[in-house]
Amino acid sequence: MTLDEILQSLFPDGHDIARTDGLLSGSATMKGGAVAAVIGVEGRAPLGVDGALKLGGHVLDALERGGDAPVIVLVDSDSQRMSKRDELLGLNEFLAHLAKGLILADLRGRPTVGILYGHTAAGAFIATALATRVLVGLPGAEPEVMDLPSMARVTKLSVEVLTEKARSTPVFAPGLDNLARTGGVLETWDPSKPLADQLAAVLGRADTRDRRDALGKERGGRPKAADIAERVRELATRAG
Amino acid sequence: MENLTYRHKAKTRAPGDKPLALVGVVASGNLEVLVERVLPDTDCEVAIATTAKGFGDVWAAVVSDFVERRSPGGLRLSINDGGARPDTVALRLSQAVRSLEEGR
Amino acid sequence: MSDLTPGGTSESGRGGVSWYEASARQRVRLLLDAGSFTEFVGPEQRETSPHLQVFDLPEQFDDGMVVGAGTLGGGAVLVAAQEGRFMGGAFGEVHGAKLTGLLRAARDLTSTPVLILFDTGGVRLQEANAGELAIAEIMRAVVEARHAGVTVLGLVGGRSGCFGGGGLIAGCCSALAVSEQGRIGVSGPEVIETNRGVEEFDSKDRPLVWRTTGGKHRRLIGGADAFADDTVDAFRACALDLLRTTGPLTLDTLRNEQARLRERLDRFGACADARDVWAKRGVDDAGAVPGLPADDFIALAGRVAEPSHDAR
Repeated sequence: MTLDEILQSLFPDGHDIARTDGLLSGSATMKGGAVAAVIGVEGRAPLGVDGALKLGGHVLDALERGGDAPVIVLVDSDSQRMSKRDELLGLNEFLAHLAKGLILADLRGRPTVGILYGHTAAGAFIATALATRVLVGLPGAEPEVMDLPSMARVTKLSVEVLTEKARSTPVFAPGLDNLARTGGVLETWDPSKPLADQLAAVLGRADTRDRRDALGKERGGRPKAADIAERVRELATRAG
Repeated sequence: MENLTYRHKAKTRAPGDKPLALVGVVASGNLEVLVERVLPDTDCEVAIATTAKGFGDVWAAVVSDFVERRSPGGLRLSINDGGARPDTVALRLSQAVRSLEEGR
Repeated sequence: MSDLTPGGTSESGRGGVSWYEASARQRVRLLLDAGSFTEFVGPEQRETSPHLQVFDLPEQFDDGMVVGAGTLGGGAVLVAAQEGRFMGGAFGEVHGAKLTGLLRAARDLTSTPVLILFDTGGVRLQEANAGELAIAEIMRAVVEARHAGVTVLGLVGGRSGCFGGGGLIAGCCSALAVSEQGRIGVSGPEVIETNRGVEEFDSKDRPLVWRTTGGKHRRLIGGADAFADDTVDAFRACALDLLRTTGPLTLDTLRNEQARLRERLDRFGACADARDVWAKRGVDDAGAVPGLPADDFIALAGRVAEPSHDAR
């Protein structure tokens, strides 16, 4: 689906989302009339200091206005922008700022929904889609922490060997299914049905607690994370 | 990875009061040793997981020399090895046993 | 729970022990009040990574993460420390889950501070999806804990620095203390050079790397709140100091951060080099900064760096 088709299907009652320099920001009318804040990245743009600050500011403006309407995050991005300037200026703080805004929105009763409709990777992924309460994918979305050729360089294994290993474990290989099995993506939407309905359904049953590790255990992609985290939480709660 | 386990009889109980200790880290040319006092005072076990395959003879020699020198009765030593040289292994084994004697 | 003391270290106090050289366990033991540390899910439980054997790689019994509780200056704290020498301190499934659990406990307790001793290159590639999600879960847990009123401090001074997702987690903390060796960033210099070419960033140019990502630059630009000399004592003093000064994360905090980062882009966005940033910041002899001893640098930073405020 193109971004235009996605926006049309998500917000049939209209939106005023601005699209500049690969960034999306604006608002949209939801089913039932609530006005959601919308941010995003399109066209596989990298996310650098300037973009992260702009999107972060948009989230905070929405929080300032109040209400309990959702914040929607649409993502088709590159990784974080890799440049000396971005690192010099403290890109980690800018990306963290955006993520904190999204997480705070959720904690203040503004459910956040990430919609992955294209590519994304690494720091840009963490600061946007992975900072939402619920992350869903559209068919064809291709999240990756690192592409297999780069991974081959680092691990000194051939792409063929990595591809073979990826068949037995979803834990390292790129792709929507692998990320879903590790608990990062809740569900994949059906583009032939109205996305507005699917969004409403997700909002209706979203858990405010972070249950991604438990989901990863259920789906077999992350066998240990949920149990280890819970054991440490119990021990630390008793000790503290 | 290769897994090796050596069991020895020890002349005396290893000194010290601590039930366990950990020394070293797993890195290239380095290793970690987890030592636990979980066996009868006359027994000693060294279990190794190593990235370097085919060095069983070297490990056997280093371990029996260690048991002879330190008499680590009652101890199980578990090793994760990132390809350390024998002298580094011997040093870490000694440090591990000594750590059981350090103040708590 | 265990009491694991590293061998080969003098018991005669933390004094001059180098933070950079120390292991994660040494840092924890020497940072906290003597004898106060209790570890959770320690190495004797052998909760190793379930994924490294797929790559025929060695495991570490604690998966490179030490978590537990202790006291600092008499007050209860929770603490987590990454071992930067094991797989570059990278976040894997178990490694990350320990920190997630610790932060969730802090959130539930609402008042016990958390110290995170960062030493990481980012996500562990062999378990990339699990590592990436662990970082997302940790960031969520940091914000939840801070929102509940918990102070989460980050200490950065290890050999792997604090990169990738580690840099983003650091950016979520209430406050950071950093040493000169404590490099903080997202894309490491080698990654930028590989992707963009040596003209963009020459990772072999060590002075350039240090002044772009190192602790002194982070302190001067406002990316860290305190600068520590490379000793456990110095980090302990910074931690005690920062614990007294931080507050909860609110919408105002992020509003202030928005303004702080906006001002940074406006003032320094066109600077080509860290020395230009420092000069604009008001440093008279920017070229001398890398060579300044810690005491002199701390005094300088106190004069020119942003005042500590509720904007992180």
